[in-house]
Amino acid sequence: MDRLILKVTTKIFFAPIILFALYVQFHGDYGPGGGFQAGVIFAVAFILHAFCFGLEETKKVLPPRALLVAMVVGVLFYAGTGVATMLLGGSFLGYDQIDPASTHHAGQHYGILLVEWGVGVTVASTMLTIFYHFTGREPDIDQEDW
Amino acid sequence: MNSFQFEVSPILLVDLSLLTMLLLVAVAMLRSRHLFAVVMLSGIYSLLSAAFFVSLDAVDVAFTEAAVGAGISTVLMLAGMLLTSRREKPFEARRVPVARIAVFATGAALIYATIDMPAFGDRGAAANSYVGQAYIEETPNDIAVPNVVTAVLASYRGFDTLGETLVVFTAGLAVILLLGVGSTRGGREVSDVPPPSDNEETR
Repeated sequence: MDRLILKVTTKIFFAPIILFALYVQFHGDYGPGGGFQAGVIFAVAFILHAFCFGLEETKKVLPPRALLVAMVVGVLFYAGTGVATMLLGGSFLGYDQIDPASTHHAGQHYGILLVEWGVGVTVASTMLTIFYHFTGREPDIDQEDW
Repeated sequence: MNSFQFEVSPILLVDLSLLTMLLLVAVAMLRSRHLFAVVMLSGIYSLLSAAFFVSLDAVDVAFTEAAVGAGISTVLMLAGMLLTSRREKPFEARRVPVARIAVFATGAALIYATIDMPAFGDRGAAANSYVGQAYIEETPNDIAVPNVVTAVLASYRGFDTLGETLVVFTAGLAVILLLGVGSTRGGREVSDVPPPSDNEETR
């Protein structure tokens, strides 16, 4: 079995990277971060997986079809939040309408979380889609070929 | 008229060393013909700029630069490099160095423009007054989230961020359309049938 150390390290790091992505995703209100960064970090976990175990293995974990759906869902989630606030009687992306009775702008918190979730899903799936399509065109290259 | 005092603070030393390393990496990138080295150097360049952004107190930008610039871009450049050759073609020196003159003229113009720039952290600077100041002052009342950057990005400028998300989405769609979903010609699997006319040429 080749690249044993890399494979074991990847297995150890995979879950913490995704956990960190989720932390960045949901902690964007309070610290640096947000959907864009979280999406990229999430994608990086799977790219690391692909580097170590090969693209075909990663495609079994996260099929390209699912990514295509996630791309659309993310954008629709963002735009849907705007439409939802309109249906609640506010303006497009007017988050205050989500919880109008709140005295500390809870609606804004909810709105930002929902919108950032849409951004995160779109960015993660798009980055992985681009990565899949770029690397999927060539067969695996040897270590010496670099 | 306040007198300008020059003192060597640790932050200044950090800034200077970061900028020097940025310059060195940029020159190394220009001189290298080995594309793998260039891609790796561009990753290092992004990481150094991220460190410099932290020094400028722009942690959100630094985070994005580190994740997107040093992380994803490097990976995508490596993946793109797989589709081309590993080395840049030998450079042929032209008799009239048009590109060099253009680059130096633009650089000189940019350096000349920095003379007019406001000092770092200047209260009267355009970026720190008007709408920027309003965002910082009103965020606790309007949005009530501690991170002003997130408040501006997701709430005040929610439309812009929707547009940015659409740009990312469109980029993904374009890659899917250009590089194909089920077909990887020249790679491992081709599930679509090649057109009958050029059967001989396709592998």
